[in-house]
Amino acid sequence: MLPHKRKRALPTLLPGVGILLVSGLAQAAYEINLNPPAATITQEIFDLHMLTTWIATIIMVIVTALIIYSLFAFRHSQGAVADQEFHNNWFGRWAWVLVPVVVLGIDLSIASSASSTLSSVESHDKADVTVNVTGSQWKWTYEYMEDGVKIVSNLKKLEPTDPLYLRDVDNPLVLPTGKRVRFLLTSSDVLHNWGIAEIVPKKISIPGYINETWTHITKEGTYRGQCYENCGTGHAFMPAVVTAISPDKYTQWMTEQKTQAAQAATEASSDKVWAKEELVAKGQEVYSKNCLACHQAAGQGLPGVFPALAGSAIANGAVADHIDIVVKGKAGTAMAAWGPQLNDLDIAAVITFERNSWGNTAGDVVQPKDIKAAR
Amino acid sequence: MSGAVAHDDHHDHHGPPKGWQRWLYSTNHKDIGTMYLFFALFMLFFGGAMAMYIRAELFMPGIQLASPDFYNNMVTDHALVMVFGMVMPAAAGMANWMIPMMIGAPDMALPRLNNLSFWLLPAAALMLILSILAPYIFPDGGTPVNTGWTLLPPLSVQAGMGMDFTIFAVHLLGVSSILASINIVTTILNMRAPGMTMLKMPLFVWAWFFTGLLLIAIMPVLAGAVTMLLFDRHFGTSFFDAAGGGDPILFQHLFWFFGHPEVYVLLLPSIGVLGLIIPTFSRKPLFGYKPLVGGMAFLATLGMVVWAHHQYTIGMSLGATNYFMIGTILISIPVGLMLLNFIFTMWRGSLTFETPMLFGIAIILMFSFAGVTGVMLAVVPADMQYHDTMFVVAHFHYALIPGAVFGLYAGVFYWLPKWTGHMYDERLGKIFFWWTTISFNITFFPQHFSGLAGMPRRIVDYSIQYTEFNVISSIGGFMFGLSHLLFLYIIFKTIRGGAKAPAKPWEGSQIGTTGLEWTLPSPPPFHSFTEAPVVK
Amino acid sequence: MVHATHADKEAYFIPEPSHWPIVAVSGMFLLFFGLVLTINKMGLVGSLILVSGFALLAHLLFGWFGTVIDENLSGKYNGQVDRSFRQGMFWFIASEAAFFITFFGCLFYLRNITLPWLGGEGQLATSNILWEGFQYNWPLISLPDADTTKYVPAKEAMGPWGIPFLNTIILLSSGVTLTWAHWGLKKNSNKQLVRGLILTISLGVLFFGLQAYEYWHAHHAMDLTLNSGVYGSTFYMLTGFHGLHVTIGTIMLIVIAVRSARQHFTEHNHFAFEAVAWYWHFVDVVWIALFIFVYWL
Ligand code: HEA
Ligand code: HEA
Ligand code: HEC
Ligand code: CUA
Ligand SMILES: [Cu+2]
Repeated sequence: MLPHKRKRALPTLLPGVGILLVSGLAQAAYEINLNPPAATITQEIFDLHMLTTWIATIIMVIVTALIIYSLFAFRHSQGAVADQEFHNNWFGRWAWVLVPVVVLGIDLSIASSASSTLSSVESHDKADVTVNVTGSQWKWTYEYMEDGVKIVSNLKKLEPTDPLYLRDVDNPLVLPTGKRVRFLLTSSDVLHNWGIAEIVPKKISIPGYINETWTHITKEGTYRGQCYENCGTGHAFMPAVVTAISPDKYTQWMTEQKTQAAQAATEASSDKVWAKEELVAKGQEVYSKNCLACHQAAGQGLPGVFPALAGSAIANGAVADHIDIVVKGKAGTAMAAWGPQLNDLDIAAVITFERNSWGNTAGDVVQPKDIKAAR
Repeated sequence: MSGAVAHDDHHDHHGPPKGWQRWLYSTNHKDIGTMYLFFALFMLFFGGAMAMYIRAELFMPGIQLASPDFYNNMVTDHALVMVFGMVMPAAAGMANWMIPMMIGAPDMALPRLNNLSFWLLPAAALMLILSILAPYIFPDGGTPVNTGWTLLPPLSVQAGMGMDFTIFAVHLLGVSSILASINIVTTILNMRAPGMTMLKMPLFVWAWFFTGLLLIAIMPVLAGAVTMLLFDRHFGTSFFDAAGGGDPILFQHLFWFFGHPEVYVLLLPSIGVLGLIIPTFSRKPLFGYKPLVGGMAFLATLGMVVWAHHQYTIGMSLGATNYFMIGTILISIPVGLMLLNFIFTMWRGSLTFETPMLFGIAIILMFSFAGVTGVMLAVVPADMQYHDTMFVVAHFHYALIPGAVFGLYAGVFYWLPKWTGHMYDERLGKIFFWWTTISFNITFFPQHFSGLAGMPRRIVDYSIQYTEFNVISSIGGFMFGLSHLLFLYIIFKTIRGGAKAPAKPWEGSQIGTTGLEWTLPSPPPFHSFTEAPVVK
Repeated sequence: MVHATHADKEAYFIPEPSHWPIVAVSGMFLLFFGLVLTINKMGLVGSLILVSGFALLAHLLFGWFGTVIDENLSGKYNGQVDRSFRQGMFWFIASEAAFFITFFGCLFYLRNITLPWLGGEGQLATSNILWEGFQYNWPLISLPDADTTKYVPAKEAMGPWGIPFLNTIILLSSGVTLTWAHWGLKKNSNKQLVRGLILTISLGVLFFGLQAYEYWHAHHAMDLTLNSGVYGSTFYMLTGFHGLHVTIGTIMLIVIAVRSARQHFTEHNHFAFEAVAWYWHFVDVVWIALFIFVYWL
């Protein structure tokens, strides 16, 4: 039923041949089966999947054989005469017991191996690394609980012909191989679902709740998954990418991250008064990382869904309102509270940027200390 | 038993009333059945047009046609229209037409209520259309309903005004189904002709009996769930918001407590149709009538208590997950029993292959396939890989289209001669069968592969590694869509003319069944049995 | 009758085409349409549509039931029709039961699964990381999100032994008076029937009044509103839908009382009375569950 050989491409049939050619290349790396597992836990699941696939295949073969046989053996046109008493012979009298018993047997054997795999999926042993994965519309935030390092992972915008179209992010989650990694999943707005078939079974991210899952990666490499729960407009644009590296490289990487984070923090909390140009430049960066997904590159928004910031009443009106909506968000809409996610400097910069771009004429400058005051 | 025929030409007010009032005010089970069927046909094209849009959008990577929210709005309404607007009304139409004739009743038990159940559907359809239009026609209409048919909060709390229309459309649909089910169950229990014991009823009647019971139990749950959603959206409650102590997962439990039995609501009427067709064209009594009835009862009961297999990734306790997994896998027992009984009915029969039978055989095969992928999905750890990928979409279209829709097509071909008094064009019927069956498989078989490779569902745009499968699937989808134009043509051609159908158009029609429908002429008189026939 | 020539009581009555169903559909559509417009603040138009839908439905109820009553009085219904009505009513109440069970199910789920989880029971880290300091308690007087402005927790919980207990007694007695009325009907004592009904109706109205007072008190003195987290949400959802059913039941009882006064029922033919009685007892049973699970435990 699920052949394990790759299907032949049929590009000749089609118009958009260009795209197809590229897709053929990109696809070379993938099977038509589940992605090859690269962790202990997904290996176990993969084996289970193959078991059920084979059982399913065999059942289909039996059913098909029975049907095809009857199609040829019992044709009216070939003079077959119906056996009106068939349902009264021994088989007719006992089939209602025989069939369920056989099916029950198959069922229980599937269930027992499934149940043991399930126990390993749900085991909550002590982990070496704990990562808090937060889904938000439409990006992933990863926080290393032990090291306090935070990574915001946004879709990297690529052309629809790129082999990594919709599969790449600016900052992937970096994990060590050979260690037990525990994931705490939550969400800041709606349901999301973090899934990377090679290394970790899916668990849903629920706002206000924490779910738990784990992995133990066995091979270095980059693993790509996606958000698997409909989360609205950007649901298709929320890839989840993990780079697995050896424990040594991981330690090194982590040290770098910590230094960088410390630098950024001092910069943000210094009492320095920033020049407008500096803030606008920095704000643009923050904007494209965090806000562009909704409010769009030219601040034009998406009519009816995300308000335009170009020419908006708030971006041209009282600065306090502007700070307020960015820091606190707006409950019940996709506009999240950015206060907890960005530091004072970033927020100050992005607001300054918004008030001085796309023809917005507020012209004022917002300093980090204004944000601190407004929190 | 032929009393009704004799009275055919009685007084003039026995015939159907004239003009639009005949339909709008109808209290006649056949007229109402006809309206149900035409409504379903219309909705098939409505929901199908949305499916065509979906396939066109997914034809290539990149956003081809419209915005992501519009896409998900179409996915939502495609599902709602197909499930509530197409399959259920078509099945209810057949119930209306056939059940009173099969059990020898003069009409449905509560004819005016019957009319009400039907006319609620167009009102609900109008509500759904308003929900699609709301973002564009009302100021501050907000985001389209982009949640999928599961309407999960918190996304559905974010959505705009269209969601409120959807909620009330669901209410109207729910009221309609509940009233129709009350009517059908009451008819079956109270309107049988003398001698027609429960265990003599044709399988189709039994199937609808359990369907009706299921609907009475589950539709109110859905109504409750969307009511709570409405309150969370507008009246400050916090059922689905953790900040106030609520839980988004609660909605999922409610939805799937409705949703899983609902799939058997869609399946059972078609199983009932198969239970008539397979014996007819095998010229041999149904194999295991009582086990089939028992199996349906078992299926309906077990089906009520396994809903959480749609939510394996939400973080339930280990014990609960194991329970739901094993319960779900066990469903293969009653369903396997049914399908195998159909095969055993064909065994040592004398088979001919008219269109209904072709569909019947194809259904057994393709629905078994849907069933075994269902069992794969039921295995929790594996489902953590399949969940919300196109693999699930493939599973449920295999279940829904062969399991429910093809069963209804088979029923349409089987009963068209009875309904219209004309034979349909057998050659066209066969062409239609092969065309749909082949293109259906082209559409949905590749989705198993794109799903296993990881393509999520409900996405407007995908990465290019999934291109080939989607191209194939879209081409298949368009072929499948076009085949329905032929379906339409066959139906109208049969209504307008064709060879005259005898009272018993199929040679094997009545082997091993006590159903009374074939004792009436084709088409049957306006009032079927004005005098109760007696079954010996 | 369908067949004038066979107009004996044995034939099943098939009504002539009727415009009532389509009126019902229009009424419901307008009601819902108006409701959507109103809750989305579309002003007067919405409310007008809402009210017109409501009016249409009210008109419908009188019309449709009036027709049925006339048909019944003119002797068109035989025993089988009567059984259809009874069974129909039975399944209708079954669906109502499913509706209430949904809300009770939510209450149990929230109390036994959701809130313990939020409060940090089991292996899950939710309470430590997201809702620090939240302790699971029921009735939920402190919310997981202590500084939300979206919800305002209730100051205190609604105790069971004041008005709710009184209401329990009232509803239980109304069940008794209704049964007493039924006995009256059975032994052909119209006086007992009508008196029983009037007593029942008065108890219903009394219940309703006390409930209204309780709501008022909850809103003003206890800050218990729809807005006070899941405790308020479930409290009002359950008692509110129950109250709605009491209201409908009381209206139906009034209709039945008027019909009884006009001698519509005989000891053998009184489906309408029984239907309303079943309904009323059902509402009773729901209240007892409500008293136990919402107020008491
Ligand atoms: C007609 C509709 C229909 C039917 C009949 C079924 C039947 C079944 N379904 Fe399916 N299902 C859907 C419609 C249907 N489903 C829909 C619409 C969804 C998605 C909803 C959404 O998310 O939007 C879904 C989703 C769905 C999921 C959730 C997947 C996910 O989201 O991750 C699961 C998981 O357990 C599942 C399982 C099953 C099972 C076990 C059956 C069983 O009933 C199948 C039983 C039949 C057989 C097994 C075949 C015959 C038996 C034999 C030949 C005997 C031998 C067999 C064995 C021993 C295995 N279904
Ligand atoms: C009974 C139910 C039913 C039926 C019959 C169908 C029928 C079809 N469905 Fe449906 N579908 C669902 C129930 C159903 N579906 C559900 C429940 C979902 C999940 C929704 C969710 O995620 O929330 C879903 C989701 C769904 C998706 C997934 C979307 C996504 O997750 O992103 C897709 C994609 O291919 C799809 C395709 C189709 C197709 C091609 C058909 C075809 O069979 C349709 C064929 C019929 C016609 C096409 C008739 C119309 C004909 C014409 C208009 C003539 C003109 C023809 C041409 C122009 C070619 N459906
Ligand atoms: C997930 C989508 C999303 C993201 C990301 C997002 N916003 Fe918003 N934003 C919204 C929505 C939706 C609204 C409208 C809220 C409402 O209904 O008032 C909004 C409103 C605003 C407004 C008020 C505009 C007006 O005129 O009403 C400002 C200013 C704003 N956002 C700034 C930002 C900034 C700065 C960022 C990034 C740091 C950002 N947004 C990121 C969705 C988003
Ligand atoms: Cu996040 Cu889908
Ligand atoms: Cu299910």
